Amino acid sequence: MLFTSYAFPAFIACLFLLYYLIPGRFQWKLLLAASYLFYFIAGPSWLLYILTTTVTVYFAALRIENMGLQQKSYLKTHKDQLSKEEKKAYKDRVKTGQWRWLLTCLLLNLGILAVVKYTNFAIFNVNGLLRAAGSEKQLDFWDIALPMGISFYTFQALGYLIDVYRGTVAAQQNPFKLALFVSFFPQLIQGPISRFGDLARSLYEEHAFDARRFCFGLERILWGYFKKLVIADRILTGVNTIIRDTETYRGAYVLVGMMFYALELYADFTGGIDITIGIAQAMGIGVKENFNRPYFSKSVKEYWRRWHITMGTWFTDYIFYPISVCKPMLRLSRFARARLGENIGKRIPVYLSSFAVWLATGIWHGASWNFVVWGLGNWVVLMISQELEPLYARFHSHFDVQGRGGYKLFQVLRTILVMSCLRTFDCYRDVPLTFRMFGTLFTEHNWHILWDGSLLNIGLGIVDYGVLLAGLSTLVAVSLLQRRGSIRERIAAKPYPARFLLWYGLFLAVLLAGAYGIGYDASQFIYNQF
Amino acid sequence: MGTGIIVLASLYLLQRLLMPKYVSDVVEGALIAEYYGEEKDHDVIFIGDCEVYENFSPAVLWQDFGINSYIRGSAQQLIWQSYYLLEDTLRYEKPQAVIFNVLAMQYDEPQREAYNRMTLEGMRWSWSKVDAIRASMTQEEHLLDYVFPLLRYHSRWSELGVEDVRYMFDTPGVSHNGYYMRVDVKPAENVPEGRILADYRFGENAWTYLDKITALCRENEIRLILVKAPSLYPYWYDQWEEQIEEYAAQNDLLYINFLELVEETGLDFATDTYDAGLHLNLSGAEKITGYLGEVLRQEACLADRRGEEHLSRVWEDKTEAYEQEKERQYADLEKAGQ
Repeated sequence: MLFTSYAFPAFIACLFLLYYLIPGRFQWKLLLAASYLFYFIAGPSWLLYILTTTVTVYFAALRIENMGLQQKSYLKTHKDQLSKEEKKAYKDRVKTGQWRWLLTCLLLNLGILAVVKYTNFAIFNVNGLLRAAGSEKQLDFWDIALPMGISFYTFQALGYLIDVYRGTVAAQQNPFKLALFVSFFPQLIQGPISRFGDLARSLYEEHAFDARRFCFGLERILWGYFKKLVIADRILTGVNTIIRDTETYRGAYVLVGMMFYALELYADFTGGIDITIGIAQAMGIGVKENFNRPYFSKSVKEYWRRWHITMGTWFTDYIFYPISVCKPMLRLSRFARARLGENIGKRIPVYLSSFAVWLATGIWHGASWNFVVWGLGNWVVLMISQELEPLYARFHSHFDVQGRGGYKLFQVLRTILVMSCLRTFDCYRDVPLTFRMFGTLFTEHNWHILWDGSLLNIGLGIVDYGVLLAGLSTLVAVSLLQRRGSIRERIAAKPYPARFLLWYGLFLAVLLAGAYGIGYDASQFIYNQF
Repeated sequence: MGTGIIVLASLYLLQRLLMPKYVSDVVEGALIAEYYGEEKDHDVIFIGDCEVYENFSPAVLWQDFGINSYIRGSAQQLIWQSYYLLEDTLRYEKPQAVIFNVLAMQYDEPQREAYNRMTLEGMRWSWSKVDAIRASMTQEEHLLDYVFPLLRYHSRWSELGVEDVRYMFDTPGVSHNGYYMRVDVKPAENVPEGRILADYRFGENAWTYLDKITALCRENEIRLILVKAPSLYPYWYDQWEEQIEEYAAQNDLLYINFLELVEETGLDFATDTYDAGLHLNLSGAEKITGYLGEVLRQEACLADRRGEEHLSRVWEDKTEAYEQEKERQYADLEKAGQ
């Protein structure tokens, strides 16, 4: 059941109605039933995967917590009988036990993810190697479907497990409550990747109907549909035309495709997240924001703090920091400082940890070399930016441009351009083709297509451009207004006729200008694939 | 409450505005709905695709035989659509005879959304319509799009014209008792042979609905007559002919293949078709309707109703409109130098 299917609004309408009709203590149970129904409709056999993750994480978390509690209790009762060394040895034993449970559960669940998501990628590479070695033998690809949202719920569940291991959250004793945390349907498709500590409380507590909050939720849902249907799915035709016909659409078309894809991806992903957060908000559940106007970022580093925030923080907390402070890395750091000097030595652990994070980010996004190169491309850009920081500082000490409107605009456009260039790897079939197409930007010299009407031949007509212009203008205007605080708060302060006009206007915009139904190839949300 | 009324009313108006009007462009889309404005007292109902609404003229049946008839046909009307349209018709009246054109037997599965729309949108809501939609939908279609056509036509705002405003609530008639008149001529030359088919047997679904049409007529004591209009294309295969002949014989039905009656009807494909043999023009339609009228009089024993005062008055107006349309089209042709 796609967010853009007719069934989905009906599904959430029924859910909202039931949610506020039943006694509050049953609300989370209803959500669990709805989430499993949602998942069952998407693919009955996929339930097995999400159940496996839920059950293994539930028991591992309980076990890890119980070991910690037993340790506490043991040390308390034996505090006078044990020497310091014995206490330490006991603690180490417990820690090792907990670590083993954690590692087993991590390996099992990441193993499942790896098998369903990366087996065919591995076979593809093995076949390539076999061909290169002159062998005629080729392995058959597996006929295996990727369960919906597996990357999201696996990371969310493992994040919870690691938090329990670290002692930052208490293990959830009720398996059904944990099942709801893992399967909460609005965020199952494309995130955000919530933390147990952030989501659990509002997910399980009772919520009385609050008209204002409910209204805010509906506004957010409508705004999400506006982004998805009016902008993302309309521009999709142009993007697909350009990237699918690489013989015709080269040179300046690649730039157009890049920029269109940047807009499509933003409208698609943030639209989906708006719908997710809006649904949750209508039910009184607080889901963390995943975006903070990323296209206003002045550097790539800032961009990644504002784009897909929950994924970024997940990788930082659960991959970057653990790798940075792990024993081998600390040893390497000491070694590098001693041999290569303080300046280089202190950078090595950071760069290696970042490398691991960006490699994982790339692989997480998709089973292809395109994503690996995309991830590492981001790493390279970030490292170069970091290395050039002293140069920037010198530049700014000589030229007082910091904070000036024109310079800010330059920085924003530069960031968008760099990110769009990197994202070209999302678009084309393989890495060599992406480089070739990128190269045509400098060899084709067909810039005239930008103004001679050629862009009307990529599946978008005058009306489409008109709608896109209006839609994007609205999007930019809303983003600018958001800097001065919540727009919904301001709308709520207006008299009813004005509010009604705004809501109904937005609804009509989605209804009439949305690219849905026959004649449009409305796409799944892009992040649904990850 | 007030807000709800404003929303519903504006959505209704938008829907009326955005739906295609089928007045001057693809008029075939208007045919099905026109039936509901009729007095329901027909002796004969035609059901089928373009081979009925372009090849038979109810006006001739009335003028020459006193038979009151109506054509419930639309473009590429599939056999299950004809069945449900017959079911729908029987909610209003019980004709003495139903004439079904068998070309639709060639299709066993839903075909194209555009044609579905032209047939189904004109039907009034009933379970027959719901069943017709469900039987006809292609994979890309959704029942909800039929319930709320605004969802289907939401993007038509960019192509709205004056007609969309003028005919928002009421559209002028485009047919003559379901007959779509064309007087122009394009002789049939070099009619292509039918391509070789892998399987000449009609599909199971098509047979099921033919059985259902037969059974429905039998239940309602209606004489079912099968016809194959004399269109030269799409090609009518001998193997198809054999199957229909066999079916008609088994079910004791009258079957008339007008392709085999070219001499008897006096059809001349040099002058009686407007599109090189696909459909007949007015001249051709009047010829074969004349022949059909005789058959109906003799075989179905339909009485001549020209003596009925009220019906005569109704037909007087219809005939006048029919003649005016004829004159208008001939005048247009003359103007165009044909």
